[in-house]
This record gives sequence, C-alpha cells and structure tokens, in this order.
Amino acid sequence: MAIILNHVSHIYEAGTAMEVAALKDVSLSIPDGQFIGLIGHTGSGKSTLVQHLNGLMKPTSGHIYYNGEDIHEEGFDKKKLRSKVGLVFQYPEHQLFEIDVFSDVCFGPKNMGLDEKEVQLRAYAALKQVGLEDDYFYQSPFDLSGGQKRRVAIAGVLAMKPEVLILDEPTAGLDPKGRDEILDQIAALRAETGITVILVSHSMDDVAKYVDRIVVMNQGSVMYDDEPRKVFRYYKELEAVGLAAPQVTYIMQALKEKGFPVQTDIITIEEARDEILKALGKTGRRNA
Amino acid sequence: MLRDITLGQYYQTDSVIHRLDPRVKLVATIVFIISLFLVDNFIGYLIAAVFLACMIKISKVPFRFMVKGMKSVVFLLLIAVVFNLFLTPGEPVISFWKITVTKEGLSMAFKMAVRLVFLIIGSSLMTLTTTPNNLTDGMEKLMAPLKRLHVPVHEVAMMMSIALRFIPILLEETDKIMKAQIARGADFESGNLIKKAKSMVPLLVPLFISAFRRANDLAMAMEARCYRGGEHRTKMKPLVYHKRDGMAYGILAVYAVMSVYFGRFFRI
Repeated sequence: MAIILNHVSHIYEAGTAMEVAALKDVSLSIPDGQFIGLIGHTGSGKSTLVQHLNGLMKPTSGHIYYNGEDIHEEGFDKKKLRSKVGLVFQYPEHQLFEIDVFSDVCFGPKNMGLDEKEVQLRAYAALKQVGLEDDYFYQSPFDLSGGQKRRVAIAGVLAMKPEVLILDEPTAGLDPKGRDEILDQIAALRAETGITVILVSHSMDDVAKYVDRIVVMNQGSVMYDDEPRKVFRYYKELEAVGLAAPQVTYIMQALKEKGFPVQTDIITIEEARDEILKALGKTGRRNA
Repeated sequence: MLRDITLGQYYQTDSVIHRLDPRVKLVATIVFIISLFLVDNFIGYLIAAVFLACMIKISKVPFRFMVKGMKSVVFLLLIAVVFNLFLTPGEPVISFWKITVTKEGLSMAFKMAVRLVFLIIGSSLMTLTTTPNNLTDGMEKLMAPLKRLHVPVHEVAMMMSIALRFIPILLEETDKIMKAQIARGADFESGNLIKKAKSMVPLLVPLFISAFRRANDLAMAMEARCYRGGEHRTKMKPLVYHKRDGMAYGILAVYAVMSVYFGRFFRI
C-alpha cells in the first residue's frame, strides 16, 4: 500500500467569513502501480487533494500515510517524499526558469543532492521519456511551443524518478494531437516503469481509455470510486454534477434504447466499433 | 504566509464610511495626516485619537485588521523611536555608560510613535473602507485640475488601479509557483543569505515572465475594446456628492479646527 488517506478534511480560511471546506472526510487508498483517474468539475477539490499527497498542504484534520508512515509526523523527511511523489501542476510550463531546457530538467534531481553525472543521466532519460528531440535540449525553454514546454516541465518531475506521478490536468489548453501524444506517453511510461500514476482531469474521454480506476470528486467528497466501466453506469448522476461519461457510452445507450442488442458499458471507440459490428452482424442476418 | 499583507486591502462590509465618496475619504486622510504633524501637545493627540476611534467604530472594520497592517512597519517604528529617544540633545533624565535619555528625547520619541501609528491606522482605514477602483476614481477626480499643467492624470489613475488589481493576482501566482518548485525539491527557507537569494531565482524568473504575459494580455484586451485614454471618456458610475458627503466635510472641518487650535496654540 503506497498512499493511504484516512478521513482527510481541509478547510480554507478557517474561522473567517470566507471559510470553505475544500475536502470533506476523504478516505482513499492508492496501491502501488495503479493508474488512477481523479475526476471532478472545477472546484470539486481535486487540486487540493493532490497537493495533500506530497505534503504541500496539511489537512485540517485526518492523516496521510506514505508506505505506512504519517507524512506530517515530526521528523518525517518531506523533501524525500516530494521526490517520491512527483506532482506536475496545472500549466506546469509556467514554472520553467532556466536558460536552457536541459538545465531546467536538472533542477529537480540536483535538489535531491545527486552527483553531477547522475543528474545529467536522469535529465537526459526524462527528456527522452517525454519524446523531446535532442535538438531542443540547449534551447531556451521559452522559445518552445506550448506542447513542448509542457513536456519539458513534465520531464522536470520525471527526472526525480518518482514512484508516484501525479499530473494535474496535463492536457489543459492543448490541441487534440498534443493531448493524445502526452496521454500516450504517460501510458507508455507507466507500462515501462510500473509507477503509480494519478491523472487529474475533468474529461472522462481523456481518462477512460487509460486508467484502471476512477475516483469522482464532488464538492470535496468522493462520489464514486471504482473501475471505469462501473463508474460510467452512473452517467445520469455524473451529468447532474456537471460531468459526463465518454461520448461512446452515450451512443451505446442510444442504440440500446432503439432496440439494438448492444452492451452499454463500453468506454473506448474501438470497443464500440466491435460491439456495433457484432450487433449489426446479428440483426443484419435476421433482416435478410 | 503571503496573505498577511493588509495594507491596501479592502474589507467588505456596509457602513457610512464605506458609502462615503472616495474624494471625501482621501481629503480626510490627508487632513488627518497633516493635523498629526501640526499638533504638538497631549490634548491634540487625544483629539486625534478620539476622532480616529470614532471613525473606526463607525466603519465597522474589526480593529485587528488595522493592527495587521501595523506589523509590516513595526521595524520602522522601532528605529524611529530608538533614534529619537537616544539621540535628541537636551536635559538628561536617565544616564548610564554612554547612553543618555533626555526629556526632549522622551517627548520626541513619544510624538514620533504616536504620529506613525496614527498615520498608518488612519490610512489603512481609508484603504480598508474603499475599493481600489473607487480610490483611483477619487484620485483622478481630485487631481483633475492638474490636467491643465499637462499631467496625465487619467493615465496615472489607470496605472494605479491596474497595479492595485494585480496585487492579489500576483500573490496567488507566487504561491502557485512556489509550490511547484517545492514539489521539485526547491528549498526557500534554509541556508545563508546568499543561498537564500539564489534560491529565489526559480521563483522570480517565472513570476516576472507571468507578470509580463498578463500585462501583455491585458493591454491587448484593452486595445481590442478600443481603450484610448482619458479624453472624452465617460464613467459608468460617475462620482456624485451626496448629503452625507457634505456632512462628512463639515465634521472634518470641525476636527481640523479643533485639533489645530487645541493642539498647537492652546496652552494650559
């Protein structure tokens, strides 16, 4: 068991008129190697939740355990925790600051106190992992395109070799191609290294294809926590809180209502195609 | 940590002071500050204290908000008091080793402390009860005669309101970048002065870039809406004096006369 959250609550501006409960009694356990999609609309507490996982925020009440140790216990090494639980913020390209791409990626591992050679090896490997070509390594990060900047920023966290990688809306503001590329690279990285990945998003289409488990947040509480297929069965309830199931789920529902013998717990386009062909094949024969 | 700065922050509530025309509040603040420096006896300070206390009471702003603003200038206050206390020549009261405290020094230090404290509380009362937009509107109106001298009053007021508007945005941004760099193992707290200064680079570079980006976006958005400065520009909510503003000026005049008369010329 990697990370356990035990009845975690967080209240902003406690004791003033602006008091807001961002997290309400959240309990979760995140085992090693899982690929999790954390979903919720704006203001549901997703970002607050992930900032608790690496100790950037302290819960107002409740405890967080990393490999069995309370991360807010006296003497717990938070710096080490942050290298183990890598957090990529929303719009991470806004944190780039070095004169060239390579030095920027070196920042994380350098802060871990590794020796020069190891730092460079890690930076190189991380940049390769996010699919950036060598030509860009010694350019200023500010000369790159939006998608490339974002990859450099993700590489900056990957270079610390985290055991848990958290990405807060990694695809926000990217075009469909850039989005698919980044998500595919994250999936490939996870398949290769077996690290735990938590993908924060408000788009079901983004995560449905990749994740093993979906956690749906609503108004600071966990609303659903299950396999994608099972979560999407509640598509009506999801809509009520400003979310939606993947597009194909709706198509399958509509087809079923029209009398086609199809399964409705379909989450990817490929599955939908097979299912529709199968259904058409059967009905086609019957009609002939 | 960054949210503690109250100087220039608005406290939302409904009171007569909040509803006053910003021009009245600006003039009142200036008059109050001038009176503090004209007055030089105990009665004068007492009048100022009573006046200030009444205004705070009427404004419904909790007193702790004023005190919060004080925190940032405690150091300055301390220096002013200490220098006046030990370095004013005159009739010695206490004397040990090389340090001499004089009667004049004591009274100067006391005056300095009272003036500074009242000055800060008085001006934070103005910013706490006036929205930044209102404040700059008021300034623009008050400084309008300067336009004759080719002072770009409107532009200055616009720059001020934008600057004030950006304070909370940049604070939030700083918080975000700080967290992002801490997540990458940055350390902003430990180390000596040089190391600390160096550790600011990963914070300051992105902050400057983001400030420029925001400024650029804002300029573009203003231009897209055909903003072209002060000439013939009308306001959605023009400033108009009400009856209460006239009364406020009256009260202010009474205060000014009283404080100058009793505080400066009246001798017991």
